[in-house]
Amino acid sequence: MMFAGIFGFFTRKNTLAMLISLELILNASDINFAVFNRYLFPAQLEGHFFTLFAIAIAAAETAVGIAIIINIYRNVRGIQVKDIEEMKH
Amino acid sequence: MEYTIFILLLPVLMFLFLGLAGHKLKPNVAGIFGTISLGIVAVLSYVTAWNYFTLPRVNGVFQALTPLKVEWLHLTDHLHIDLGIFLDPISVMMLVVISTVSLMVHIYSMGYMHGEKGFQRYYAFLSLFTFSMLGLVVATNIFQMYIFWELVGVSSYLLIGFYYTKPTAIAASKKAFIVTRFADLGFLIGILILSFFTKTFDFTELMNGTAEPLLRSAAGQSFLGGSVLAWGLGLMFMGGAGKSAMFPLHIWLPDAMEGPTPVSALIHAATMVVAGVYLVARMFPLYIDYAPQVLAGIAYIGAFTALFSATIACVQTDIKRVLAFSTISQIGFMIVALGVCLGKGEHEGLGYMASMFHLFTHAMFKALLFLGAGSIIHAVHSNEMDHMGGLRKYMPITHITFLIACLAISGIPPFSGFFSKDEILSAAFEFSPVIGWTMSFIAGLTAFYMFRLYYNIFWGKEHEHEHTPHEAPLTMTFPLMFLAAITLVAGFIPFGHFVSSNGEVYNIHLDKVVATVSVCIAVCSIALATIFYRKAEQPIPDMLGKKFRKLHTAASHRFYIDEVWMFVTHKIIFRCISTPIAWFDRHVVDGFMNFLAWSAQEASFSIRGFQSGRVQQYAYVFLVGALVIIVGLLLFI
Repeated sequence: MMFAGIFGFFTRKNTLAMLISLELILNASDINFAVFNRYLFPAQLEGHFFTLFAIAIAAAETAVGIAIIINIYRNVRGIQVKDIEEMKH
Repeated sequence: MEYTIFILLLPVLMFLFLGLAGHKLKPNVAGIFGTISLGIVAVLSYVTAWNYFTLPRVNGVFQALTPLKVEWLHLTDHLHIDLGIFLDPISVMMLVVISTVSLMVHIYSMGYMHGEKGFQRYYAFLSLFTFSMLGLVVATNIFQMYIFWELVGVSSYLLIGFYYTKPTAIAASKKAFIVTRFADLGFLIGILILSFFTKTFDFTELMNGTAEPLLRSAAGQSFLGGSVLAWGLGLMFMGGAGKSAMFPLHIWLPDAMEGPTPVSALIHAATMVVAGVYLVARMFPLYIDYAPQVLAGIAYIGAFTALFSATIACVQTDIKRVLAFSTISQIGFMIVALGVCLGKGEHEGLGYMASMFHLFTHAMFKALLFLGAGSIIHAVHSNEMDHMGGLRKYMPITHITFLIACLAISGIPPFSGFFSKDEILSAAFEFSPVIGWTMSFIAGLTAFYMFRLYYNIFWGKEHEHEHTPHEAPLTMTFPLMFLAAITLVAGFIPFGHFVSSNGEVYNIHLDKVVATVSVCIAVCSIALATIFYRKAEQPIPDMLGKKFRKLHTAASHRFYIDEVWMFVTHKIIFRCISTPIAWFDRHVVDGFMNFLAWSAQEASFSIRGFQSGRVQQYAYVFLVGALVIIVGLLLFI
């Protein structure tokens, strides 16, 4: 699941799709946290909390990402990755 | 005497006012403002002099006063730079001289500079100069003196270059500034040496014995064949020699005549050029006690300069140049008088008194001569003697006042120059007969070239003028008459009562032999000049000029000293020192920096491909890097 996300992040041409791939990566790692916590340290809850925490962060991060993409769209009239190569300057 | 601060404040405020707001005023209003403020300064100076010299003497000596002293820069507890006002007989005397001459020049300039472009600027600079010169003479310590010394140099530079559209004036102002600045380097080093060993800048501490043990130890340490104190004092004299145009640093003064004539009268005849004399007089107790050999050297330099410039003055044709060389020669007299002092006693210190006396009288009659020359130039619009002649009919006041000044500088009684020059000659004869006879000969030369000048201007062949020359307006003739009056009576001032080497009353008594000899020489020289130059045709000078052609050419080229300096600076200093240094700077220092810049640029060119702007490429690199680190950690730990 995580590598599906990474693959998507590297290959998609659309920034929105990249953002979705990023969500996939985060979700994959959240599940990992939950699962490994359940099987390795059943008496403790850090992994679950961390997952909840990461979900909150991911939501905030998505909001920021969307805001950036909207701003890019307003500036260059496009959200393709190749449109924003000028960022290097 | 706290009011003395206004003597300094008024001119500097006037400089700021005229410099900032002058262009909004009408030229005449600006001139009147400047003159009035200077008038107040002059009155204050007279009041100061009166109050100072009516104070009771303590042990027969006028006490030195310090009405004002502020710590300006605190370096260490021992070493701090103060600003203040120091009154003693010579500084009070200088206050009177400077404010009188400056006031006369202010009044005169109202007529002379009438209608010139930049009239307000001219008055602003005059105020600045007066301020710095007054600050110089009332300095409480050497460092304050140095500060004002440089200010005087700057204002002299500004005034010489007043006609800034004239290339010769610009060159002359630069020359004056650079030459004196070069000499001031010696002055600064001298100050540093002196203060390093005495731990003080203050004149009072240096003179009243507080610093005596330190001075003694400094006089005991030797360096390159002289005591360190002698080196310090000698280097200080170098600064004085630069300002006072002593050989070989005299080259700037004749060129400085490119400035307006009243400026020459004020700066290059009466006040600034005697700063060097004043410096030696101020430091005189140190010279006489710790470095008598330096003092003797000063005497020889002065005598040589006086002789040298008097010969040049005999053949110059530009009237201002003649006066400039005569100024150098007269300053030589003052320097000689200081140099020939043998001690601080009643009789040994005669030269000190004579020098200050001559400074006083010379300031008056030389300012008069320059202002007279200005009035002549104003009338005929030329500096060249050939364009003058027969002017006595047209300009009676200028003629009479100029004649008075000529008689004074030649040393004819009862004019002021006779008395002071006679004292100098007696002091010189005390020191050594060689110096004495040399100075007498120079006095004769002085009389000769002054009357050559006089006859060529006022007598002789009348030149065709475009319009008939006429007498100058009252603003210009009044200063002439005033200074002529001073020249007439100044000789009878009992100068020794005010200024003498040990501060006690010294009664001037004429040495009858010396006086007779010098008057005889002067009269003979004047007679010779009369025979030579009185008539329209001048066969004898032409004949002599042909006979001694080489000497004549050399003297009219000022003995090629300028060319020597040009050779030294251009061919030796520029070529052997400056060019290699410039090469080193351009190729080694700059080259190293350029190499750094070049290598940074090359390096960034080669790696700038990494920053492509493609977000996914960055993420890919990041991922690969993370994987490499993880693999590495797994493998090696």
